[in-house]
Amino acid sequence: MKVLFRSVKELVALAESQNKPISEIMIDQEMSITRRSREDIIAQMDNNLTVMEEAVERGLKGVESVSGLTGGDAVLIKNYMESGKSLSGDVILDAVSKAVATNEVNAAMGTICATPTAGAAGIVPGTLFAVKNKLNPTREQMINYLFTSGAFGFVVANNASISGAAGGCQAETGSAGSMAAAAIVEMAGGTPQQSAEGFSIVMKNMLGLVCDPVAGLVEVPCVKRNAMGAAKALVGADMALAGVVSRIPTDEVIEAMHKIGQAMPSSLRETAKGGLAATPTGKALEAKIFGGARVTSASPTE
Amino acid sequence: MKFRSVFDVIGPVMIGPSSSHTAGAARIGRVARTLFGRQPEWARIHLYGSFAETYKGHSSDVAIIGGLLDYDTFDERIKTAFSEAEKVGLTYEFIPEEEEMDHPNTAKIVIGDSKSVMELTGISIGGGKMEVVNLNGFPLRLSGNYPALLVVHEDRAGLIASVSNALARQDVNIAHMEVGRKEKGKMALMVIEVDQIIDDSIIQELKVLPHIIQIATIAD
Repeated sequence: MKVLFRSVKELVALAESQNKPISEIMIDQEMSITRRSREDIIAQMDNNLTVMEEAVERGLKGVESVSGLTGGDAVLIKNYMESGKSLSGDVILDAVSKAVATNEVNAAMGTICATPTAGAAGIVPGTLFAVKNKLNPTREQMINYLFTSGAFGFVVANNASISGAAGGCQAETGSAGSMAAAAIVEMAGGTPQQSAEGFSIVMKNMLGLVCDPVAGLVEVPCVKRNAMGAAKALVGADMALAGVVSRIPTDEVIEAMHKIGQAMPSSLRETAKGGLAATPTGKALEAKIFGGARVTSASPTE
Repeated sequence: MKFRSVFDVIGPVMIGPSSSHTAGAARIGRVARTLFGRQPEWARIHLYGSFAETYKGHSSDVAIIGGLLDYDTFDERIKTAFSEAEKVGLTYEFIPEEEEMDHPNTAKIVIGDSKSVMELTGISIGGGKMEVVNLNGFPLRLSGNYPALLVVHEDRAGLIASVSNALARQDVNIAHMEVGRKEKGKMALMVIEVDQIIDDSIIQELKVLPHIIQIATIAD
């Protein structure tokens, strides 16, 4: 068992020296760590991709969450985009509607693939299926998109955090948006270093984002944060492909995210005690959903 | 390294809405079921911290019951776990506790049938990953950094050697190991963290060893 990379710097250096895309380095490492066959690993990722496709498809037909707080926005955005009036552009709005679709399905207790968490599960697939229409990738390239996202996510998860309870929303949708930017760059033909630049550009714009879910549910504002995460991923990837570079190296950006997360008060780390959750309307919604008290006394078999 | 596989980051495939409060909760329930070795007839589930505060909204209760019915994180039946439980005769009770635990997402699951009772405490650490911190009063220090084998066995001489020999034959390296028992000559527990993903052939090889009562794995 051998770990091939622990930092983005090592990841990019490996890809450059072996003249391989980042997705291929991720597959190499997975084989090395788990001793599974290449076919087996790719088949599992193929299955994850199918789950993502089905979730988007379902969300675009319209769903409603158990609490009733979210649902139906993916359809609104898709219809607006198809009306031809979009100002921000069809690829962005397509990604936004598909990201929202995934998170609405998640909130409705549907089947999703966590990327890297359930709360941030819309961004990686949303951007993938939007750029798919523009770049016409093969199935293999789509699977590689997930391995490239995973390679960057692997570094973040081990060197910082991908948990809202530990690092705020910057660790969840921030990580997901940055991972997606890196994968978009690779699919569009950018270099491994450009993937890292895309990652950094997005992450720098996610720093400080808190986790303040209303009533503690993965709905408000999580669904819309996935929407904007997808939009940022596309813009960040475009900037990197244009040749823009980050003045702060990627690993230092990740380290900064980690330290900012540690400095966040617990009220802003998935406890539903601060931020939007603590607004008058946030509290009213919580009271409405949970009947005024989240902590109930011993409840018998229901 | 807390996250070892790309599928820790792109995965798990799961029923929403929360990787920590739904998928992680289901996994705690399922490990309890696996260690119990059969369908329990009743369950008493104590919830602490964030689990106690938000379990209804996240369907952590439904997910834990789904786990106790041996459903994986992506099993659609998790959604109807309460009615499925009724069908198989599993009664359950959820008790939100005020007590502060070390970890915000802690669940203590007590399950049983006419033959025996088992108690397991698990914590959900994010992204769907979980750890067991106590089993039948044995405190465990499962780091969660490695795949782990939990072996419940009779307290007999030579058993630890035969288990580690079996692992060596399969080329599995032990990263960390703990052995505990409550009473001499009675039930004991081995917790073995290993470097490799544990596949079925390893479990089959261990299962045929004498004096092994139950084996469960905690995936990476």
